[in-house]
Amino acid sequence: MSHNSTEKLVYMANQIATAFAAQKHEAAVEATRTHIKKFWDPRMRSKIAEHVAHGGEGLQPIAREALEGLQAPKAA
Amino acid sequence: MSLVHEIDYGTPASKSEKLVTLTIDGMTVQVPEGTSIMRAAMEVGNQIPKLCATDMLDAFGSCRLCLVEIEGRNGTPASCTTPVADGIVVKTQTERLKKIRKGVMELYISDHPLDCLTCSANGDCELQDMAGVVGLRDVRYGYEGENHTKLGKDESNPYFTYEKSKCIVCNRCVRACEEVQGTFALTISGRGFDSRVSPGMDESFLTSECVSCGACVQSCPTATLNEKAMYNIGTPEHSVVTTCAYCGVGCTFKAEMRGDELVRMVPYKDGKANRGHSCVKGRFAYGYAVHQDRILKPMIRSSIHEPWKEVSYEEAIAYAASEFKRIQEKYGKRSVGGITSSRCTNEETYLVQKLIRGGFGNNNVDTCARVCHSPTGYGLSVTYGTSAGTQDFDSIEESDVVLIIGANPTDGHPVFGSRLKKRLRQGAKLIVVDPRRTDVVRSPHIEAAYHLPLRPGTNVAIVTAMAHVIVTEGLVNEQFVRERCDWEEFQEWAAFVAEERHSPEAVEKYTGVPADAVRGAARLYATGGNGAIYYGLGVTEHSQGSTTVIAIANLAMATGNIGRNGVGVNPLRGQNNVQGSCDMGSFPHELPGYRHISDDATRASFEALWGVGLDDEPGLRIPNMFDAAVEGTYKGMYVQGEDILQSDPDTKHVSAGLAALECLVVQDLFLNETANYAHVFLPGCSFLEKDGTFTNAERRIQRIRKVMAPKNGYADWEVTQMLSNALGFPMTYSHPGEIMDEIAALTPSFAGVNYKLLDEMGSVQWPCNEKAPEGTPIMHIGGFVRGKGKFMLTEYVPTDEKTGPRFPLLLTTGRILSQYNVGAQTRRTENVVWHPEDVLEIHAHDAEVRGIRDGDFVKLDSRAGSTSLRAVISDRVAPGVVYTTFHHPVTQANVVTTDYSDWATNCPEYKVTAVQVSPSNGPTQWQEEYENLSRTSRRIAAE
Repeated sequence: MSHNSTEKLVYMANQIATAFAAQKHEAAVEATRTHIKKFWDPRMRSKIAEHVAHGGEGLQPIAREALEGLQAPKAA
Repeated sequence: MSLVHEIDYGTPASKSEKLVTLTIDGMTVQVPEGTSIMRAAMEVGNQIPKLCATDMLDAFGSCRLCLVEIEGRNGTPASCTTPVADGIVVKTQTERLKKIRKGVMELYISDHPLDCLTCSANGDCELQDMAGVVGLRDVRYGYEGENHTKLGKDESNPYFTYEKSKCIVCNRCVRACEEVQGTFALTISGRGFDSRVSPGMDESFLTSECVSCGACVQSCPTATLNEKAMYNIGTPEHSVVTTCAYCGVGCTFKAEMRGDELVRMVPYKDGKANRGHSCVKGRFAYGYAVHQDRILKPMIRSSIHEPWKEVSYEEAIAYAASEFKRIQEKYGKRSVGGITSSRCTNEETYLVQKLIRGGFGNNNVDTCARVCHSPTGYGLSVTYGTSAGTQDFDSIEESDVVLIIGANPTDGHPVFGSRLKKRLRQGAKLIVVDPRRTDVVRSPHIEAAYHLPLRPGTNVAIVTAMAHVIVTEGLVNEQFVRERCDWEEFQEWAAFVAEERHSPEAVEKYTGVPADAVRGAARLYATGGNGAIYYGLGVTEHSQGSTTVIAIANLAMATGNIGRNGVGVNPLRGQNNVQGSCDMGSFPHELPGYRHISDDATRASFEALWGVGLDDEPGLRIPNMFDAAVEGTYKGMYVQGEDILQSDPDTKHVSAGLAALECLVVQDLFLNETANYAHVFLPGCSFLEKDGTFTNAERRIQRIRKVMAPKNGYADWEVTQMLSNALGFPMTYSHPGEIMDEIAALTPSFAGVNYKLLDEMGSVQWPCNEKAPEGTPIMHIGGFVRGKGKFMLTEYVPTDEKTGPRFPLLLTTGRILSQYNVGAQTRRTENVVWHPEDVLEIHAHDAEVRGIRDGDFVKLDSRAGSTSLRAVISDRVAPGVVYTTFHHPVTQANVVTTDYSDWATNCPEYKVTAVQVSPSNGPTQWQEEYENLSRTSRRIAAE
């Protein structure tokens, strides 16, 4: 796997989305979003949010949709 | 203090609920039906003389010392083999019995070396005791007969001696090896005077099949099999009951001491996890605690290229605290973090996470469960509502079918492995899902009904295919599902698994497992009675680790195998306190008791007691810490008792992360591999040197008790407290019991736990609170913790770690019996005689096409890195699969493993790495460079 941090986060987001993909679309999007919010450190969420803001290249549809609805983390 | 003496009742307890009343020596006794007369007598305090009997073993009836008289019956039956009966009147001491017993003892003594004064068992010998008990004052046969001393000793085993002349052929060792350990390594060879115990076919103990569990030594009534420590030190004079610090079984031991020197560790019969048994690690491999490599003074350095400088605790702590403060000021509050240890106590892990959350002001805390059972936490939490196994170990005694997935209990959890094998010998059926033919698949008197040797990485496909069979063949326990689970979610799941693409026939092409075997295994699990699932890291350490845990949970719910004895879902936890470290809030997203950090009410309760505000955002997990360090946003780290450089995957990435830190504080017994990159070293103390608790794989909270003063001056929790105080986050505990009281006050599942309760009960399984004041041996009785059990869909997603022309083989890793994880402890014991180096198991076909012979040095390459080690040709692995361990830093097997990880938890995918193997004539460039780094990094400046 790439050690480039953004590519790695995209990979991880896609992994999560794939794991939930067997569910109905809305449920999969919500589960992906909740999972990332629950388990990702703010800097990881900020970085992927930035990537989404720049087009979100490489993100699968469920992951992209989940991340587009994810609130930005609070600063420390 | 004195020695803790356990009563030996002579024969095992009967489990019958029907009571029988009899008279023994004029006293009325009421005992369960099936109890032996010997045991019944002991219940009222009458100890009938015995030599071949002990309550760890079934009655044997060979020594003829335990004879009794029963009114109205002829002869003098052996009390060990004669069960009680209603109304019988027994006499244990009559003139006739005295005469017979004395005669028997004369015969025993007639060819026994009478060197009691210099014998290693002097004062600890049942033969000596019985001579006294029967009043033996003379031997009519004289003292000049054969005493067998010319037979010498077998001293090949590093921990115990076999002194052939002392054998009285009681068979206790042979029976212990069979009944307790289940290895069948011993027998009695020879006839008449030549009869004596023999490992295998008159081999030495070391080269025999003996696994050095110590059961034979424990059972031996004489000095025939005795610890070498008893020769070298003498008999102990006091003992303390404590808990083993190796695997997650959590065996209870008596640490038998002479002064502050540990003479031996003796398994404790009242230990509820081990029931008096042990393995080679817990029983014997404690020498690391006094090994010369231990670092006993704090050290600091400003650069890892400088030698270490020994300093006082005050100076080391002040330096570490000032560095953490400096880093946070420069890079932000979230730029530092730490790792709690699953080797340390609950109280210590609680303190480290408290320091990080309260002292650092962030949630960058994680633990080594991240790299082993974090998918268990996730998978069981979402399906059942609790991040833990469902049973106690005693539950295995009522299992009818045991399904083992990705676990090797006879090596990784040996005492549970022995209890499992005992149940299998009683007739329970076994299914093993594992790429390797592990010992439990086929060993003496054990044969798995099904071994499904799947290709690494296809667990989800196999378990879902089993579910397909259960659903499509009408084997679902519908009543259980309707009552206990969400019926709509079940229906969705049932429709999903019933799809043809999940059938055993459809998945066979990528799992490699014949469909009929999967069908047979599924039918057996669903219909064979109480079905219990035990699983290990072969399940969790995959990119779909959490999905497999969920699939396992689904399988147990669908068949109704949850919520009673004999069934359940049981993760075999790797480390002694990995369950506890998770319970204690070591994960970055949750506080003690598995409550998310974003929950305002939970956070408020901690804030109120700790007197500090807490960050409500989850912190970094271990792999994320390395990524953030390489990226430059994570700069300081406090690591207690974990060697992340050797244990975590993709070593080159880990080392890059560690090298990027501006302050790495390592607290450990030894200058481990991680310490090569450290700036502050704080000496750790062993489990023998501190008080506290561990929580084992069955959620059992057990005391560890200090038997000697910390050689480094402080217990680990005291060092953490000093660091916290230096950071300005005050801690004032004077004993770990106070820390447990705080844990109980803040954690609902621990609300009833305190040291007084643990002293009274011996141990307790959480939840322990108002609803369950004596703990909870079996979870989810009558209902799941989360309410309705949740079925979840488990789509098989192949790993992205693919084999191909460059890397055509799949590497899977694991551990073996004699070594433990990164080997920091066991490599510093005599256990190295069994496993001096990591080797690569390779199938003969794969070896031949590569020109590799057994014992050749080979290079192991993956996309992540290369290492070299010796090859062993083995048919335990299938063609296309190779296997190695990660016990030795010289090999650094994790140089080869990748940083692919579980989708839910980032638990690394240790179990699947695409590799190539080729002949080699020496170490790789990485190994040479790392060796040089280690040598220079471990220099300590002269004072």
